[in-house]
Amino acid sequence: MSADAQQRGPLGTHAGPYFGQFGGRFVPEALIAALDELETEYHKALADPAFGQALARLHRTYTGRPSILTEAPRFAEHVGGGARVFLKREDLNHTGSHKINNVLGQALLVKRMGKKRVIAETGAGQHGVATATAAALMDLECTIYMGEEDTRRQALNVARMRLLGAEVVPVTIGSRTLKDAINEAFRDWVANVDTTHYLLGTVTGPHPFPEMVRDFHKVIGEEAKAQLAEEIGRLPDAVAACVGGGSNAMGVFNAFLDDPGVRLYGFEAGGEGIASGRHAARFSGGSPGVLQGAKSYLLQDEDGQTLPSHSISAGLDYPSVGPEHAWLHEIGRVDYRPVSDVEAMDAFRLLCRTEGIIPAIESAHALAGAIQLGAEARAWTVAGGSEPVILVNLSGRGDKDVATAAEWFGLIDADAVPNLNEGTQL
Amino acid sequence: MSLTTTRLRTAGLLSRLAAGEDGAPGRAALIGYLPLGFPDVPRSVDAAVAMVEAGADVVELGLPYSDPGMDGPTIQHAAERSLAGGTRVRDVFGAVEQIAATGAPVLVMTYWNPVLRYGVDAFARDLAAAGGAGLITPDLIPDEGADWIAASERHGLDRVFLVAPSSTPERLASTAAACSGFVYAASTMGVTGERATVGTRAEQLVADTRAAGAEHVCVGLGVSRPEQAAEVARYADGVIVGSALVRALQESESDPAHGLDLLAEVTAGLAAGVRGARR
Repeated sequence: MSADAQQRGPLGTHAGPYFGQFGGRFVPEALIAALDELETEYHKALADPAFGQALARLHRTYTGRPSILTEAPRFAEHVGGGARVFLKREDLNHTGSHKINNVLGQALLVKRMGKKRVIAETGAGQHGVATATAAALMDLECTIYMGEEDTRRQALNVARMRLLGAEVVPVTIGSRTLKDAINEAFRDWVANVDTTHYLLGTVTGPHPFPEMVRDFHKVIGEEAKAQLAEEIGRLPDAVAACVGGGSNAMGVFNAFLDDPGVRLYGFEAGGEGIASGRHAARFSGGSPGVLQGAKSYLLQDEDGQTLPSHSISAGLDYPSVGPEHAWLHEIGRVDYRPVSDVEAMDAFRLLCRTEGIIPAIESAHALAGAIQLGAEARAWTVAGGSEPVILVNLSGRGDKDVATAAEWFGLIDADAVPNLNEGTQL
Repeated sequence: MSLTTTRLRTAGLLSRLAAGEDGAPGRAALIGYLPLGFPDVPRSVDAAVAMVEAGADVVELGLPYSDPGMDGPTIQHAAERSLAGGTRVRDVFGAVEQIAATGAPVLVMTYWNPVLRYGVDAFARDLAAAGGAGLITPDLIPDEGADWIAASERHGLDRVFLVAPSSTPERLASTAAACSGFVYAASTMGVTGERATVGTRAEQLVADTRAAGAEHVCVGLGVSRPEQAAEVARYADGVIVGSALVRALQESESDPAHGLDLLAEVTAGLAAGVRGARR
């Protein structure tokens, strides 16, 4: 099918390798055979009812799906605009975030392909922990690449992965963060592709990863749509999600892409502000280019060298974004906006205090986004003249972020600091 | 004077070397890789010229990139140093012009994003004007390369795509058809770097790539010693060496003159290996 013909179909079932001018396979030839094998195996699995049943059973008995939908009325008072806010509770999944949805799907594929080893990249550690978890569950050898800088910032997650039996390799080249961990994972994959699957953690990279990872996460939006139908009997007026690589956002958006009345918002890390240059807002401060296997938007200098990203949230601290997001941005279906570190941390504390839920700092960007939307909600045309409804994907929980938040808000007594530091250097 | 008219392309040289010149027996080419801007731009040009004088037949000049996914530690560190020293993409054209003045074809090895950012046609135009022979593109497969294929046709540049031991017969055929100059056969599944042995699949891959229609096939990845170069030269049209040459420069960074001597010595050893190989 031509790219044009593909794009006339429904948005929600759009298949790779291209999303408009974005996507593709910008990788060494050595990986093409493995990507072809993965694509073939994935499409065979999709057509095999046993695969879907096995994954659904794992989600029911291991992940804890369906994740619940929680209305947040006290938080909504601060959003304003008379809006009701519902939280999709991916934070309650096993391992603490949406990441497990994709990891279990790919791990089942690994078993079908007969490979014995998985490798993965991780920034904050969430995807690394989820991958190490699935590897333990399914008896796979597991190596996690993590930038040396991130192993220091997230020492407890390094310990978690090691407890689960994974080897954690600190990456000491380049900026020593997520992007460099991905480079190193690709290098490992090229050398060991016969025995090893690269369990990529988000909707980036070469085809078929963006399409496949989205598909493994679209359960988020499908569940939320059904749960809202039961709660309020209609669609939401807006959906808000944070966007790093963009997997939780694609997961929650997908079910609503073909509902034109539902406004979709992706909130990127605005860091210290777009003008400061210290951010990870690819749509506000980036441009189209190729990085790590796909054409998309990225932060780059005038020579096409990747620029360092910045965010208080390690999970959003990545210079590129999934190609389907780049396409949804270009066709205007999703509105991508930056949220600063300060706005995100204010929303983080607000949710803690009003609802008794500690969100991941990544997810706090979506919460801050909902507060931005509150100011606009009164102008929306809402079905039946009722209150505007905002669905927020609460993609992860904030246990991993307690040290960062404690430092940000000055919550630790000076005397206790040495003990805290000891604790985080496990 | 326009360099474009006298510009050397790679295929002609490979054919002449294979046929044997001035009564000498036919042989493979030695293709030496060095990164632009390591340790700085002028010295990287001096190094490439020294490499040609010591016996390299073709120069592969690496454009430093922030995310070199196909490179091992030696070349990664050199690229990092080059970028930290302020090397710009546009520096490549002046460097190519100076190196091409030696008479050796100069191919630029580059990841795709810097070319995309510069503008594919503009890059091809400026490379051709500088006397460059073409591009080696490690993260661009022909399937994604329509713009580059058109631009290289327009400006008369070589297109060197890679094949790997994992390539299917169909992909060997389509890649060979898309290449001009030669096909770059990756000797092993992996990244650049020195290895104790050259991949055992390399010889078969060269044979398979020829059978799939390639006129010239050169072998790279993991070739670092004269005896390895000689081994590969027996069956390939060219032997591509990178990390061993870069390491020679790295080892003598504090003493640049010695660095060039060491580079020349390593190059001469490899060149002797290539020349001594029976075909």
